[in-house]
Amino acid sequence: MSAVVAWVRRHPVVCFFAVFAVFPWVVPYKSLATQVLIYGLFALGFNLLYGYTGLLSFGSAAYWGLGAYGTGIALAKLKLTSLWAALACGLGAALIGGAVIGFFCLRRRGIYFAMLTLAFAQLLYFIGFHLAEWTGGDDGLRGITIPELGLFGFSIPIDRSVSFYYFALVVVGLAVAALKRILDSPFGTVLQAIRENSDRATACGYDIARVKHLSFVFYALFCGLAGSLDALRLTVVPIESLHWSTSGQVVMMTLLGGAGTFFGPFVGAIAFLVLEDSISVVTESWPLVIGAIFMLFVLFLPRGIWGTLIGGFHGR
Amino acid sequence: MLDISLAALAAQVFTGLVLGMLFVLLAIGLSLIFGLMTVVNFSHGALYMLGAYFGFTLLALTGSFSVALVLAPLLVGTLGLLIERFLIRRLYGRSPDDPLLLTFGLSLVIVETVRLIWGKIGLTLDPPRALAGAVNLGFTYFPTYRLFVIAITALALVGLWLFLEKTNVGLVIRAGSRDPLMVRALGFDVGRIWFLVFGIGTGLAGLAGILAGPMRGAYADMGVTIIIESFVVVVVGGMGSLAGAVVSGLLIGQVVSLTTFFAPKLTEIVVFITMAIILLLRPSGLFGEAGLAE
Repeated sequence: MSAVVAWVRRHPVVCFFAVFAVFPWVVPYKSLATQVLIYGLFALGFNLLYGYTGLLSFGSAAYWGLGAYGTGIALAKLKLTSLWAALACGLGAALIGGAVIGFFCLRRRGIYFAMLTLAFAQLLYFIGFHLAEWTGGDDGLRGITIPELGLFGFSIPIDRSVSFYYFALVVVGLAVAALKRILDSPFGTVLQAIRENSDRATACGYDIARVKHLSFVFYALFCGLAGSLDALRLTVVPIESLHWSTSGQVVMMTLLGGAGTFFGPFVGAIAFLVLEDSISVVTESWPLVIGAIFMLFVLFLPRGIWGTLIGGFHGR
Repeated sequence: MLDISLAALAAQVFTGLVLGMLFVLLAIGLSLIFGLMTVVNFSHGALYMLGAYFGFTLLALTGSFSVALVLAPLLVGTLGLLIERFLIRRLYGRSPDDPLLLTFGLSLVIVETVRLIWGKIGLTLDPPRALAGAVNLGFTYFPTYRLFVIAITALALVGLWLFLEKTNVGLVIRAGSRDPLMVRALGFDVGRIWFLVFGIGTGLAGLAGILAGPMRGAYADMGVTIIIESFVVVVVGGMGSLAGAVVSGLLIGQVVSLTTFFAPKLTEIVVFITMAIILLLRPSGLFGEAGLAE
């Protein structure tokens, strides 16, 4: 068992593709599998900031929403016909948002940071709400048509659920590989040094303000990519994309799975979405159930499901 | 622009004062708890909402607004004591993020439980008949109940100030926010002080809730927006600074209210713009000491 775990930890990208290649055939229905992929990516981005850098953001909805609206507006309002250009619009919006908001939020440390990220996300929510001619306001952004995927001269339609799943799998898989590369780099090591002891990292000569800002921008990019994919998945961007509850969801997913572990966010996204799917059928009080489960995890299982299984290093 | 009637403007200033008072009650509770325990209570907004719902039920049971006004904050404060005793106390010594995460989960539980008990549709609270009308202030008419809110909040704040400045317990609380280790070394039970302060802070949230009820109604989500705004008030004032919470609460109340008057579209975002400006000019907040508890 421990040998298997060790192999999984050494080859996360291979394992990711192996598991998610067959994933749609083991969950009740395929759209749930796509949702898991996209929310898993969202949680992965959050985990980069919280689990590895030690910065708790309660405003992830801002970058998820910027990605979703960036891609959605490119397709529905600007009528772009290239899927890649539309994704780039989403990523660009998240990048700018992350760079600017990160600059403001990182002026304060610790617990203030959490409150500031929440406040700025709320600001974007109200802006999205009032800019109805661009965002659709309360009704959400409608009229998104998915262009065919242009790849090496071929055009591949991805508007069917299975083909879209495998398109998302490749995009998310590339993001997973990118994250692995970031974490294995010297930069990734500095992130973890900041989490463990930021004063000491400063004393070692690292410009931690810049490292944190860069980490925040990466976080925003991952969240934005997830948001962009979700706009394609739903072909509509609801105003809830920017709502604080979206930020809360990703916090819960990551902690359920295990913050600071590579696969924790995906495990958490699976647990969260499968639970939501099965409990919402029985009762309307899903937030009550997940809120209580989340409290139990914070109190008794702070390493989360995956972190407990692998005996993760993020134990506190 | 010169034909804006001064009377309307003055009324708006008073409205801003009422809103500011609610901010102050919430922010001072948050700030008190944070200053002493470095705990950010995310469920503060949910407890504010409970204050309004408890007020509604107490009013229905007893028929007396004054009884409800006294009992609702006490009940919320008692719940706060239970939360500290059975939940937050387990997290001392862990990362300061953990109480924030725990109370986030708790706020979901409280809001959803309220929906189960009181239903999904919001409730209206009637102010007592004696406070129903409007008062002639000479230059404008202003709802009596809102003046009452200003008076009660001022009373509560003076009471809190006297408690912190003039009593022995208050002295220990102030000392505890400076240096908990030294207070413990002097033989005081810091845990009991934290317990008490959490009860007081949440009780103030409950008071804000029942005071807001007759003006804004009671609904399950009522705590969400105002708690985010109160976080902003705390950040602007300087976290852990009670004077900062008062000044910044009143300031932001005015900013919101006057923006509603001059540029209604910006009402919801002006709070956050103010925050961004303060962060640029004075990152530690108006009354904050740089580096304190960061």
